[in-house]
Amino acid sequence: MKQNKSPLSPEEEKLFGDLMPEELNEVLSSGLQRRHFLKLMGLASAGLLVSHMVGAEQLFARSVEFDEIPDLIPTAIENGINVSFKVNSGTKKVLIDSRMTLLDTLRERIGLTGSKKGCDHGQCGACTVIVDGNRVLSCLTLAASCEGKSIITIEGLAKDNELNPMQQAFLKHDGFQCGFCTPGQICSAVALMKEAKEGQASFVTQNIRDQAGAVMLSDEEIAERMSGNICRCGAYPNIVAAIKEAQTGKNIEQNWLFAG
Amino acid sequence: MIPFKFSIAKNQSEALGLIHQHQHAAFLAGGTNILDLMKEHVAQPTEIIDLGRLPLSTIKSTNTGISLGALAKNTETANHPLIRKDYPVLSKAILAGASAQIRNMASNGGNLMQRTRCSYFYDINMPCNKRVPGSGCAAMKGFNRMHAIFGWSDQCVAVYPSDMAIALSALNANVKVMQQNGSERSIPFTDFHVLPKDHPEKDNSLNHGELITSIELPKNNFASHSSYIKVRDRNSYAFALVSVAAGFELEGNTIKTAHIAMGGVAHKPWRALKAEAFLKDKAATFANFIKAADLEMSSAKPLSHNKFKIEMGKQTLIHAFEVALKG
Ligand SMILES: Cc1cc2nc3c(=O)[nH]c(=O)nc-3n(C[C@H](O)[C@H](O)[C@H](O)COP(=O)(O)OP(=O)(O)OC[C@H]3O[C@@H](n4cnc5c(N)ncnc54)[C@H](O)[C@@H]3O)c2cc1C
Ligand code: SF4
Ligand code: FES
Ligand code: FES
Repeated sequence: MKQNKSPLSPEEEKLFGDLMPEELNEVLSSGLQRRHFLKLMGLASAGLLVSHMVGAEQLFARSVEFDEIPDLIPTAIENGINVSFKVNSGTKKVLIDSRMTLLDTLRERIGLTGSKKGCDHGQCGACTVIVDGNRVLSCLTLAASCEGKSIITIEGLAKDNELNPMQQAFLKHDGFQCGFCTPGQICSAVALMKEAKEGQASFVTQNIRDQAGAVMLSDEEIAERMSGNICRCGAYPNIVAAIKEAQTGKNIEQNWLFAG
Repeated sequence: MIPFKFSIAKNQSEALGLIHQHQHAAFLAGGTNILDLMKEHVAQPTEIIDLGRLPLSTIKSTNTGISLGALAKNTETANHPLIRKDYPVLSKAILAGASAQIRNMASNGGNLMQRTRCSYFYDINMPCNKRVPGSGCAAMKGFNRMHAIFGWSDQCVAVYPSDMAIALSALNANVKVMQQNGSERSIPFTDFHVLPKDHPEKDNSLNHGELITSIELPKNNFASHSSYIKVRDRNSYAFALVSVAAGFELEGNTIKTAHIAMGGVAHKPWRALKAEAFLKDKAATFANFIKAADLEMSSAKPLSHNKFKIEMGKQTLIHAFEVALKG
């Protein structure tokens, strides 16, 4: 990851000043680096970030930049294929082994490690990304079949300094514990909003024949429609609350409290 | 995964041409089954032909019913207004399978062609007649809780895993396929998948290199009295232990015809012909539902670990009948 040299916002500066004062000067002089994020994530799980919600959200929304991957010649590997597709806001052209999944291509060739490899067999949803508007599993997608397609990963959901409403809702409702399933959960939930708006049915939809348009999602509907995303930490109640808040736009009571 | 050459077919004839050039070539649609099998070295194609660009993804009305393109996605099929209205049992069955992500990827043709989830079939260190003909069947005397209770042979006791296909069986669909010379043939759904007999390596009656182009659904008179019930180890995102697709053509309270198929019990969608014959022209009563279910399950032959599927099958049939009747 390249250091991100764009200046800190006042909220971000306050956050570092309060939580990581010894690093503040370093961040100000030489930019944000990966280990700063990591330390901050440690603090996040201790609950210390809550009083700095605004600064933390702006910080997490920063686009992460990666070093360019050098071009390789197509004959460099057996069955090499040049494939180009849109990832988040930019077009990527990469040489891949025909066997590479979209997940491995994103992680190993493009440097977007937000999408996670949980099972590599379609059984967990950790690798969920949005391709041409629909949520799919990148571990069961051959990158070679993605020519010309448009892919959105967790890294592409925020706009400038602003998190996607679904990301904000996950933060507010603590929709994660270890965070490993979270990029997949959030991409899945973002696409679910589109599906609900289009009036797509699910297995628990009461009357399939009745096609009344947009669907307001009940807890049961959310559980069924999100069943392709497994969370080992069992953060499900908070994930459901986050999705409900994101869909209704209404404030939903947090169902957790800090001790003390 | 072993190395393979990747090509994209622009049209049907190119796809058929490519597959006949290479002995170990395979089609790729959504990839949700074949990639999984390739990662496990269960499938080892040396040439992959991507069907993603073929113009076979439309769903349209025909004179006789509806035509589902082989490359149309499961999600799109389940949510198509005409399917939800006139074939709700198909919508329900598709939505009972896998997850939203997988249904967004899975194609109708690929769904029919998906292979068994028998865990010995997936484990290349185990004997399996389906994977390596003549090597034996590890499930026969192994863990066979998930396996068949109807129509199995001493060669293979696997079940066919698709939910969608169970509804297609009850709906009397036809599978349209294109051969290498471009001619088409139509296979009645009941003949599409086959019982294992002495050749469990064959799941269906498609010949190597044939391309499924569409699935044709005839009109039906039971849209308002149909159901799809699936019983599984968890509420969602799990394969069926037992499932039932049922549809009644009713006249008053009399069943004119019953259309019933079961999943999770055999090597192919199991058409419950005995129950169908019993219910024909009978009153739609609870007592008759019990008799029909009993009759169907009376010929079941359980293995060492799946005797429970007989009672489960019976109760699932009865429940499916009740839900279909209520509409
Ligand atoms: C974790 C998981 C859970 C699942 N749960 C369920 C479930 O509960 N119920 C259920 O029903 N299914 C379930 N599935 C299976 C899923 O529905 C199938 O994998 C999917 O339908 C296959 O479609 P595809 O387009 O991805 O096929 P692919 O993987 O692309 O292809 C499968 C096979 O079909 C062949 N093929 C594809 N298209 C054609 C064509 N037009 N003509 C000829 N041959 C063709 C391919 O060569 C390949 O051999 C699950 C899958 C996973 C990974
Ligand atoms: S049941 Fe069939 S698929 Fe399973 S091990 Fe036996 S032969 Fe193989
Ligand atoms: S990593 Fe793709 S579903 Fe688990
Ligand atoms: S937060 Fe740990 S797996 Fe979901």
